[in-house]
Amino acid sequence: MKKALLAMLPVAALTLTACGGSSDSGASNSARGPITIWYSNNAQEVSWGKNMVAAWNAAHPKEKVTAQEIPAGKSSEEVIGAAITAGNAPCLVLNTAPAAVPGFQKQGGLVPLNDFPDGEKYLKARVGSKLSQYASPDGKIYQMPWKSNPVMIFYNKDLFKKAGLDPNDPKLSNYQDFLATSKKLVDSHAAKAAIWPAPSSEFFQSWFDYYPLFAAQTGKQLVENGKSTFDTPEGLKAAQFWKTMYADHLAPNETYNGDSFADGKAAMAIVGPWAVSVYGDKVNWGAVPVPTADGSAGKGTFSDEKSIGMYTACKNRGTAWDVMKFATSKEQDGKLLDETGQMPMRDDLTAAYPAYFASHKQYTEFAKQAAHTVEAPNVPNSVEIWQTFRDAYSKAVIFGKGDLATTMKDTAAKIDKLANGQ
Amino acid sequence: MSATSHDTRGSRRTAAGTPAGAPGTKPSLRARLGGRQPIGMLFVSPYVVYLAAIFLYPLGFAVWMSFHSYFFAAPGVEVARPFVGLANYEEVLTDPAVWRSFLNIAVFLVINVPLTVVGSLVLATALNKKLPFRSFFRTAYYIPYVTASVAVVGVWMFLFNSGGLVNRVLGSLAPDPSWLVNSHLAMPVVAVFVAWKQLGFFVVLYLSALQNVPNELYESAAMDGAGRLRTFWSITVPAVRPATLLVLILATITGANLFTEPYLLTNGGGPDGATTSPVLLMYQRGLQQGHPDQAAAIGVILVVLITAISLIYRRLVERD
Repeated sequence: MKKALLAMLPVAALTLTACGGSSDSGASNSARGPITIWYSNNAQEVSWGKNMVAAWNAAHPKEKVTAQEIPAGKSSEEVIGAAITAGNAPCLVLNTAPAAVPGFQKQGGLVPLNDFPDGEKYLKARVGSKLSQYASPDGKIYQMPWKSNPVMIFYNKDLFKKAGLDPNDPKLSNYQDFLATSKKLVDSHAAKAAIWPAPSSEFFQSWFDYYPLFAAQTGKQLVENGKSTFDTPEGLKAAQFWKTMYADHLAPNETYNGDSFADGKAAMAIVGPWAVSVYGDKVNWGAVPVPTADGSAGKGTFSDEKSIGMYTACKNRGTAWDVMKFATSKEQDGKLLDETGQMPMRDDLTAAYPAYFASHKQYTEFAKQAAHTVEAPNVPNSVEIWQTFRDAYSKAVIFGKGDLATTMKDTAAKIDKLANGQ
Repeated sequence: MSATSHDTRGSRRTAAGTPAGAPGTKPSLRARLGGRQPIGMLFVSPYVVYLAAIFLYPLGFAVWMSFHSYFFAAPGVEVARPFVGLANYEEVLTDPAVWRSFLNIAVFLVINVPLTVVGSLVLATALNKKLPFRSFFRTAYYIPYVTASVAVVGVWMFLFNSGGLVNRVLGSLAPDPSWLVNSHLAMPVVAVFVAWKQLGFFVVLYLSALQNVPNELYESAAMDGAGRLRTFWSITVPAVRPATLLVLILATITGANLFTEPYLLTNGGGPDGATTSPVLLMYQRGLQQGHPDQAAAIGVILVVLITAISLIYRRLVERD
């Protein structure tokens, strides 16, 4: 019987956590003093973060910042969610996923940034028109859009050549060409898979297969104005494209245990600018925008953006706000770009850092894509919406069961309810 | 200690030495609360406190949560957590995904539990004999149990993927779709994986039970002309019945708590939900999606079912 109670452990663990911690106690937005921040465990970001913190601490000895990597867990979002519940979240987390923001906000864990006197002005000046995608349904902004990884198609030039394809002019702009190219890659045994997105069931996986194509096709978020947008002819075209890729064994429905692109098992991958340094000289790669149905210019791509959130457990919020502005200043954004290749969420990025893009040509196309990124919608039940979508997509597209149009229609109806908080 | 130690085989006595059941006497309140050795309460109290803090309180809280609209909030944030009666149960019991997860776990248990019981008993019986390299085999069977699932799962993925060793051996007999992405085969593979991984632990349980079987029984059986199979069936199996009950219950409880394998081996309960377990759903609903009240309802249902199954086992195994 004792073991039987293990079934309750996931609930129990958080129950106990929920009982600890301290109260928010109405911390002031002008209070100053030492603060703690968390950043991701990506080596390049850690390096940038340490330098940024050192620069701040050197200039502000009375408002010292203590930084650490986000504690290990199944995902950053779960760790942050538990910390909010326990009341021991840091002042800032420089790795807050926009899809998690509605949940954190519901928990009462986030400080609205437009409550600071210069908050809205700063956010608008930095982020520009894209800021609207990050506003919450209550009209407030609980996250500082920080840096994006607009996704594109990376392809392996050597494998294309092996398949008899022109590596300098790959036919990948429309669905028909993409399928034909994929077929040639697989049929010629140049690669086991044309492309190998993770076919697993985690809620976020659709951001790296369906959503970029959907964004390119429509320029829309999955949910807009409280209504899902994918149960449309355009949305179905993107889903049908992937269904064909799986049905024709051009994209495997098994998980690859490693990096299929780096290992030469897949000839293409959907990646952000982080891939430039990761694949570097290991793969002779090229990059093209994600395809659209008819090959017209894409209307957007998935942002794979991370924000900076300020958490309500923070006492010295005046300092936290200043650190947030310091970390997203033009100077620090430039250093972030230089060290990580990730795109700061700034208006007119290429004009802001002309010298960098002149000497890093391979990032220029990503910077162009960064100008029209599409974000995961900031709506209630965000994670549940993505899980619902993924489950349906997994069934109808990856495993080809049931009628695609009917599945998408039924899923859209469920998601409409969830987006309206039901 | 000495005042009452010799009473253990006789009638129960109070601390004062009066027989507890003697006519005309009534045990004191202290004796009734503290038993024959009140100081024993002191000795067991740390475990009682541990049990209450780690199991009883969360269990009670989870039951409470399942009857309320509940989500985890930051300290100091005022949120309404109204009583919603059976709404959370209605929500989960009308969700096809929840029913599917319970069906999946039933399939898992039907394969995993008999495999575990038979496999561990047969292996324990073999390892109880005087075999060459007996210590090596005992250790070898135990190694998977103490190895991290994450590491072992990686090996099984290589074995059972479409181009893996198993399919290469099977050649044209290999299933299509392959094992881990086949809706009919994925859960049986998970069940076999868990049985293999846990086998070492249950072998140890049976080995300890086998040490207590009097050798005279085997000698008598041999004199009566019983063969190996007859001896196993008529002596070993009945003699380790209490251990079998324990193995049955533990294997069921462990299996019903299935999480790591569908999370890692079949990529989050795939293919198409064929290996989604109730605990995986609890994780998704409670921790990822912010519905701990629904997760608690699933958990309570699971506990009730496991308890019921355990009671049935007990009734069946101890019927003699």
